[in-house]
Amino acid sequence: MIPAIPVDPERRRQVASALRAVLPERCVLHDPEDTRPYECDGLAAYRQLPMIVTLPDNEEQVLAILKVCRELKVPIVPRGAGTGLSGGAQPLADGVVISTARLNRILRVEPYARTAVVQPGVRNLAISEAAAPFGLYYAPDPSSQIACTIGGNVAENSGGVHCLKYGLTVHNVLRVRVCTMEGDVIELGGDGLDSPGLDLLAVFIGSEGMLGIVTEVTVKLVPKPALAQVIMASFDDVVTGGNAVASVIAAGIIPAGLEMMDRTSSRMVEPFVKAGYDLDAAAILLCEADGTALEVAEEIERMTEVLQQAGASAIAVSQNEAERLRFWSGRKNAFPAAGRISADYYCMDGTIPRKHLAHVLSRIEEMQDTYGLRCANVFHAGDGNMHPLIMFDANKPGELQRAEDFGAAILALCVEVGGTITGEHGVGVEKIDSMCVQFGANELEAFFTVKRAFDPAMLLNPNKAVPTLQRCAEMGKMRVSGGVLPFADLPRF
Amino acid sequence: MQQILEQFQDQVRTAAAGKAALRIRGGGSKDWYGQRLDGEVLDTRPYAGIVDYEPTELVITARCGTPLAEIEAVLAERRQMLAFEPPHFAHFGGGGATLGGTIAAGLSGPRRASSGALRDFVLGAKLLDGKGDVLTFGGQVMKNVAGYDVSRLLAGSLGTLGLLLEVSVKVLPLAYREATLRFEMNEVDAIRKLNEWGGQPLPISASCWVDGVLALRLSGARAAVDAAIRSLGTAHGGHIMPDCAAFWASLREQRHAFFDGDAPLWRLSVPSTCGAIVLGGPQLIEWGGAQRWLRAAGDAATAERIRATVKACGGHATLFRGGDKSVGVFQPLAPAVAKIHERLKAGFDPSNIFNPGRMY
Repeated sequence: MIPAIPVDPERRRQVASALRAVLPERCVLHDPEDTRPYECDGLAAYRQLPMIVTLPDNEEQVLAILKVCRELKVPIVPRGAGTGLSGGAQPLADGVVISTARLNRILRVEPYARTAVVQPGVRNLAISEAAAPFGLYYAPDPSSQIACTIGGNVAENSGGVHCLKYGLTVHNVLRVRVCTMEGDVIELGGDGLDSPGLDLLAVFIGSEGMLGIVTEVTVKLVPKPALAQVIMASFDDVVTGGNAVASVIAAGIIPAGLEMMDRTSSRMVEPFVKAGYDLDAAAILLCEADGTALEVAEEIERMTEVLQQAGASAIAVSQNEAERLRFWSGRKNAFPAAGRISADYYCMDGTIPRKHLAHVLSRIEEMQDTYGLRCANVFHAGDGNMHPLIMFDANKPGELQRAEDFGAAILALCVEVGGTITGEHGVGVEKIDSMCVQFGANELEAFFTVKRAFDPAMLLNPNKAVPTLQRCAEMGKMRVSGGVLPFADLPRF
Repeated sequence: MQQILEQFQDQVRTAAAGKAALRIRGGGSKDWYGQRLDGEVLDTRPYAGIVDYEPTELVITARCGTPLAEIEAVLAERRQMLAFEPPHFAHFGGGGATLGGTIAAGLSGPRRASSGALRDFVLGAKLLDGKGDVLTFGGQVMKNVAGYDVSRLLAGSLGTLGLLLEVSVKVLPLAYREATLRFEMNEVDAIRKLNEWGGQPLPISASCWVDGVLALRLSGARAAVDAAIRSLGTAHGGHIMPDCAAFWASLREQRHAFFDGDAPLWRLSVPSTCGAIVLGGPQLIEWGGAQRWLRAAGDAATAERIRATVKACGGHATLFRGGDKSVGVFQPLAPAVAKIHERLKAGFDPSNIFNPGRMY
């Protein structure tokens, strides 16, 4: 944890007065009482009071804020709903937060074109709700979708439990309208399926708010499947479970969702959600099919056969929507459940080639002894994205440090087997030091090339996501903690 | 392979020192594509071979010089495919397409509208930059948000940012069943129907309208394809097209009769909902209405007219093959976007050696 830096009151007066000259009074917050709610995002252990928070009503005001900040050389931190888990929206003591809270209008839903044009502060789920009357929806469904915004999704390239079949944000956004730090308004992508020149849209999505401020997003809408059904399969050991996932893929099936939980996880969530999980199983696999009734029936039959041949010890198929949601409930509530049985917990987000699952899980099991801490594993099995939850108690001397070391060791292991330190939560401030494990000096320099191409003054969300070489040399350690998260009631990952 | 890589590095460093252009070339199957060819050829074909293929991980990794045909054959053995259906363009005078050239060209085939573009499937890349350093971006996993997504930026970059050494691509299983329906339909009705059907849960995997006939490919679970054949066939008078694989291949490879002859070929990328775009000259419509091929003159006046019309529809036009390239092969960029392009180029390729002028 980094100690908070005090805000310089003189500088705040200067910048606030410049901002008030170009914005309505209500759009500029500078009293600590008003800016306190912005001191952290979902990574609650890191708190920093921002110098000033702005809440622009429109693109013109965004440009005015950028102009003031450019002239006074004030760094900017963009912020959506603040549900991010890696501190990407963590404020700066000498910086201005641009909140998209007031840019929250759905501008158009076009059923014939199957697109929606929305402002960045629109909530992910609100898009699907607006599209529902037309039998359409926006596919990426991060578990925080009732609160998180599309602007934040663009910044993080958010996924969801259905991204194996339906893709990530990058596959479902057609166009973004962006204000650059230099004051240009640019459009990346378009209303067609491609645009001339380099694919800047692809590099902009997932750029963690470091390349521009989004003022408008066109998303793709897809037909809502008529039906979904999920299989819950039990396995006596995780290796068999992992191999079963491979068998499903090898059979030419791309399930709508494919998730795994280890026994520690199922025992952790069952008292909480009463999903009816098989608590003796070493691993539980949830395997979902969606589509028309005929399609689902065909796929469920095929998946059941494959899972049986792969050695499932028990198989249950959801018979109605209520049961389907119940099967999923434990998987979606692993985070809050961990909070009930442990004072603190640390959620990791590495991705590995799935073939290394058994190796990685057994190494994590060994590490539990090494670090003297328990770890529950939930796993987006279809795409290799792991979420080990390390449980600890920050009040016990040494446990925090051990949890951090445990987490860093897991991420290093993910990189070692050919994976990555973050599958979907982003680097932010949380994993910035682990970037030094995954990338060398040349790659980091290339990232700065990208950064400078969009923001030569380096004022947008500085010191996040991409570490300087100097920082890598100094390599520190960080953690998530607190027991109490903001949005603690939100389902996670 | 290490030796070949070192030769590449030498060639790049020498070129950089002398600020001499290098023309990165695989099979040369798309030499005709893009603005300008310049410089000494750097032949990528010796750096070939599949590095890793795990069917159950849905990922293949191969070196840039690997023939595209080899990759497709290996995937087909395991009933998998490159879902973006890239064209080979082997019959336009060059050799066989390579993986590196395919990724650099960034062209997607008939399945684009339903499965996604080439760039959607790029997971990771190794790049030789303008200083002769090897950079690794992305990886072999489907979810990866560490650092900017440079590998996807390289897709379609026409080799202007560096030499793609190795690429990891997501693959998908072949459909359990595939069939094509054929409808007699005029252009306006075809565009309307394609957009209406696009909003329904139908297993459409490709579409093509040309000469009053709409072809619709259905791919997916047997039940889904059979149900769609029944409902669409009955309601709209569609008939099963025999030998449909050959038809879609001829479309992808531009061996279809529409593409015959020397008339310049324009590619119009527009919102799928755009009505008939009257520009003179025959058109072929793909991607549910979002990609339209036009045979028209390639002179300055025609180019201006086409670009203005297409821009007004919300799209852009490429002088894909033939014509007078001095009119600009690609639609000009907005100045603020062009500025970002120039900075990226200068950052990755400070001596401006890689395919200079191939894109703009």
